Amino acid sequence: MENNESGNSSRRKFLRNVSMGVGAITVAGVAKATIADGNEASAKSGKMVKLLSTDGKLVEVDLSDIKPSKEIEAELKSEAKKGLPNRKFAMVIDLAKCANARACVDACQEGHLLPKDHEWMKIYMLQDDNLTSKYWFPRPCFHCDKPMCVSVCPVGATYKRQDGIVLVDNQRCIGCKFCMTGCPYSARVFNWKDPEVEVPEGHVYDPETNIPAVEGTVGKCIFCADNLRKGILPRCVQACPMGVLYFGDLLEDTVTNGIETLRFSKLMTDRAGYRYKEDLGTLPSVYYLPPSNREFPVEMGLEGADESITGRYKNVGPR
Amino acid sequence: MEADKKLITDLTPEIEKTSIKWYITFFIFLAFFVVGIYGLIQQIDKGHIVTGMRDNVVWGFYIVNFIFFMGLSYSGALISGVLHLFHTGWRKPIIRMAELITVISLVIGPFFIFFCIGRLDRLHFLFMYPRIQSPITWDVIAICTDLIGCFIYLYLSFIEDFAILRDYKDLKVAPWKKKLYEILSLGYTGTEKQYKILSNAKTVMAAMIIAIAIIVYSVLAWIFGVTLQPGWHSTIFGPYFVIAAVFSGTGLLIILMWIFRKVYHLEEYITKRHFVNVGVLLTVIAAFYGYFTFSDYLTKWYGSIKMDSILIDKLFTDYYSLFIFANYVGILLPAIIIAFPKFRTIPSITVAAVIALTALWVNRYIIVIPTLETPFLPIQDVRPDWISYAPTWIEWALTLAGVSVFAMLFMLVSKIAPIISISEMQEKDKVEILK
Repeated sequence: MENNESGNSSRRKFLRNVSMGVGAITVAGVAKATIADGNEASAKSGKMVKLLSTDGKLVEVDLSDIKPSKEIEAELKSEAKKGLPNRKFAMVIDLAKCANARACVDACQEGHLLPKDHEWMKIYMLQDDNLTSKYWFPRPCFHCDKPMCVSVCPVGATYKRQDGIVLVDNQRCIGCKFCMTGCPYSARVFNWKDPEVEVPEGHVYDPETNIPAVEGTVGKCIFCADNLRKGILPRCVQACPMGVLYFGDLLEDTVTNGIETLRFSKLMTDRAGYRYKEDLGTLPSVYYLPPSNREFPVEMGLEGADESITGRYKNVGPR
Repeated sequence: MEADKKLITDLTPEIEKTSIKWYITFFIFLAFFVVGIYGLIQQIDKGHIVTGMRDNVVWGFYIVNFIFFMGLSYSGALISGVLHLFHTGWRKPIIRMAELITVISLVIGPFFIFFCIGRLDRLHFLFMYPRIQSPITWDVIAICTDLIGCFIYLYLSFIEDFAILRDYKDLKVAPWKKKLYEILSLGYTGTEKQYKILSNAKTVMAAMIIAIAIIVYSVLAWIFGVTLQPGWHSTIFGPYFVIAAVFSGTGLLIILMWIFRKVYHLEEYITKRHFVNVGVLLTVIAAFYGYFTFSDYLTKWYGSIKMDSILIDKLFTDYYSLFIFANYVGILLPAIIIAFPKFRTIPSITVAAVIALTALWVNRYIIVIPTLETPFLPIQDVRPDWISYAPTWIEWALTLAGVSVFAMLFMLVSKIAPIISISEMQEKDKVEILK
């Protein structure tokens, strides 16, 4: 490469454009890659993809020619570390509407290529007291503003970004599991064995997708940081058939579940929003609306569910 | 340096020749070690799924062993340091053992952390990307400091003995060993000046390792204390851990005294008086330790904080027998045995020590595991191994391997150095020099 300097910066610009979706170009779901030297002898996949070249021309290249580059990985990592400017993401979960449909869990596992026994989004059935009712309680990562997991991490593998999201860099994580004992919400999962993820061709690791999961490291809900960069709602929010999950930006004071868009502050006032275990002082970014005026009984969430699901809730009692 | 011939032959029974007994014992321990290594290879090959640890109980036997061995180490430092500083006359035959406990368990302890972390290949990240906010980083700094400090202290106490062995002409050992003594004794000949320097250095290091031991073990306790978890989030944990450590170390010291006395026929040097004195020390510490344990659990039990109640309930149901053994039997029985003079015999004191040491290990277990089994959000799972922890053979194998390495290192040291400090034993009139 003769002019390294300009080549780099234009490629960067090109990437930014592609990842922002400019020109509506799709590269088999993977936009972040470079084109390897054409001279290299490699088996052609025969699948052609359209790309926007550095001088603004639309070109077609063979899929097998798109190779991840170390340089880009580093840039993605530093972007993933900063987060999106002028944003403060938050989630609102309406407990009155949740009926354990588990669509959020499935969408999450599919989207992040998680093994079936890894649930970043977990659905609990809680009961506070004998005299009070049971209710379904979806629990993503709370992306706390005072995250215990970040404080205790000895190598900075898990970190808090300016937009409020807490991420894990599984290429840095040493697997000490201190964050897992630190988190009071059991939001973290460990890769006890090789997760055997089938990584899409040309995929570059980025903490914003956390794909692929790495054996011996920790994973957790990442608020679908990759979607947010593209301006798309997190997968669980999109998937929920009941519109339980609202996602939005506290600076805009707006949250949406994809169906309706609401004023966050008004929602909190009208529906008496609260945060789980406020007394721990971790300042979660996830707010709950109490399970009031429910349209269906709690037990509906167990109907037709597999034994592996219903079995979880056999001994639910006051806690 | 001249030394009494009888002292040398009595206190270095394994240096000149190696008995068949030594070989047999060593190979038994080696076999345990090999099994442990096989388990470790399995774990590295198949992942941590082969252990009993799962997403709720993320720390199991390994962390328990880590705290346990580190505790033994710090207590060794405390005991030898305190006895040295107070010029306790009867310490002389046993101080070397306490120092060896310190260093050997300090070397073994961190290996259990290595077994516990998921990415052993990234261990160096702890030094490359350290974050000072993390108690683990405090611990890394503390343990490294402690390792250096304790090695220096141990070495200082060895110099005089190496000089004695170097100058002892009748010693029938391989030439490399003679050479080793010559190098390690650093040209020490016991002149007044040398003695003064060495003596001062030992005193300074004794004081330092006491301080380091207290700090380091508190830091280890804070790894648990700073979290929000019920049962761990306790202000008492620092001092509680330190006391518990001394308790375990004192117990181990008594056990080692008994073993060495039996195996190497040291009845003349390690007498009942030593057992009684260390035993009384154990009783006093048991009182403190019991008091801390009681006050920690009382405050958790008396109030109505939900998570504390859930934890206490668990301890008194699923962990009932372990709890009673660790916190009642393990504290009261040794104290009672030693407190009444008529029970004070060498075997009974040793039994008391064995009970104390085992109970302390169990105490560690019921501090770590039940808390992890009672997270704030209830565990709702159908997989039994996700709900409660049960160690697998690999964790047992590595635990036994750790104990075996402890024994093997002790045996190896006894091949090179006196197990009771010769210089301390003959140091009668030298105190005059210091005045």
